[in-house]
Amino acid sequence: MPFVAEVGAATERSVAYVGALAQLFGKSLRVLFVSPLKRSRLAQRTVHQAMAAGVGALPITSLITFFVGVIIALQGAYQLQRLGAMQLVASLVSISITRELGPLITAIVVIGRSGSAFAAEIGTMRVTEELDALETMALDPVAFLVVPKFLAMAVMMPCLAVWSDFMGVLGGCVFGIVSGNFTFGSYVIATRDALVAHDITTGIVKALVFGLVITAVGCQEGFATGAGAEEVGRSTTSAVVISILLVVVIDLVFTVLFYLARGAA
Amino acid sequence: MATPAAPGPVISARDLRVQYGDREVLHGLNFEIVHGETAVVIGGSGSGKSTLLRTLVGLERPSSGEVRVKGLDITKASARAMDDIRKKIGLAFQGGALIGSLSVGENIALPLLEHTTLKPTTIEVMVRIKLEQVGLSGFESYSPAQLSGGMRKRAAFARALAMDPEILFFDEPSAGLDPITAAGIDDLILDLKKAYSMTMVVVTHELASAFLIADRIILLDRGNIAAAGPVEEIRNSRHPRVRQFLDRVADTTQDDDVDHLRMYTEGIR
Repeated sequence: MPFVAEVGAATERSVAYVGALAQLFGKSLRVLFVSPLKRSRLAQRTVHQAMAAGVGALPITSLITFFVGVIIALQGAYQLQRLGAMQLVASLVSISITRELGPLITAIVVIGRSGSAFAAEIGTMRVTEELDALETMALDPVAFLVVPKFLAMAVMMPCLAVWSDFMGVLGGCVFGIVSGNFTFGSYVIATRDALVAHDITTGIVKALVFGLVITAVGCQEGFATGAGAEEVGRSTTSAVVISILLVVVIDLVFTVLFYLARGAA
Repeated sequence: MATPAAPGPVISARDLRVQYGDREVLHGLNFEIVHGETAVVIGGSGSGKSTLLRTLVGLERPSSGEVRVKGLDITKASARAMDDIRKKIGLAFQGGALIGSLSVGENIALPLLEHTTLKPTTIEVMVRIKLEQVGLSGFESYSPAQLSGGMRKRAAFARALAMDPEILFFDEPSAGLDPITAAGIDDLILDLKKAYSMTMVVVTHELASAFLIADRIILLDRGNIAAAGPVEEIRNSRHPRVRQFLDRVADTTQDDDVDHLRMYTEGIR
């Protein structure tokens, strides 16, 4: 039965891939604490990465989550109007943005900007022998390239997610005011009443994990690049595709876990 | 760690074998390179000379055999011991392999910044000196992409020299350059040889440059050492493969081509 064998082989490859990601993360952690490389230089590179991956993503993330906030409010109003429950728009927007869409959309923007860039950067360095050059200079590529990226993303992803929560809610607020049922003050109060701290922390936890996954996949794909320019393109593509898939799967797992744990919380 | 006394081999290989998958590329090499000499490894395309170079600096793991660099068996060395060795060697890659996101100056400063506690101003001066040595003074702030092929190789030399290495490796220093630039690179290697008493290992297929810079030549042929010895000995060798290589005679017999093809396809089937 070749089909069953193929499914088995594909499953094995997937598990091995996730194992490789975990290994890269584990090695980065180890290197972070025992690295012979200098701390000050590590901090410099981390700041550099954080500026590129985090601060650089602010405008586009803001714009997209703002629009998504408006869209959710519009779509929600369409349904809620029939029930005469327009005042619930604020809570609909705030909960769906903070718990779900804020982190998810941030992750997708960051995959497009940074996950692909990580793969392309490391892939090109593989092709031009720069990775070999680092190794012959006794500079471990993981310590030199990967650790700063993990650190930067672990800090910047939650920050970006919180910022996009804010922008999404702002989008909903603009709709609320324009459609006439809310004033700015009443929308803010309605949002505050709808949200509990837990909504925001689940979003932050998700964003943190997304950030680590995006970095691991981007770097892993970069290192796995074969010879030639074409291979760099292939790595970049698979970094984006695999990251999006993994982010959505992890999102699902987290949402299920949070749902099951809601009684306890 | 105390460095071993000057005489005796700096690099030695015993029964060195390297495989890519099922295909063996180096079939049990034995050689020694002594302190202060310039050894040139020559050989045709696919003879395994680049693999040999990558193995000597620890980028490739041998499938069996032993490689000693400064007395340490690098096939069994720990990552930390390997790093210590790597700080004492410099490798100039064929295409330069300068870090594209850094300027030329930053590339040369990189190992110094990471591995030494020198002050930034001191490092700046050292970078300037290294660049001057390779004839690139004033190019600190250029990005590697702005340099020509020959300049990129010179910048790669400067970076390889940055840590004042005891052993310097060159991968195809004159490949892909016009004859004038290539001659300039040869002169540069001769200058470095005169200025420092460094051990140098050069991999090349340029015969003229090999005879010019070498103290000793190792001729690799399909993963085996066809001949090794002082320049004059190689030049006057009667060995058929050596003569064929030196006299630039193409492989004529069908058998040779088939053998060559078989080397690549062994174990693929």
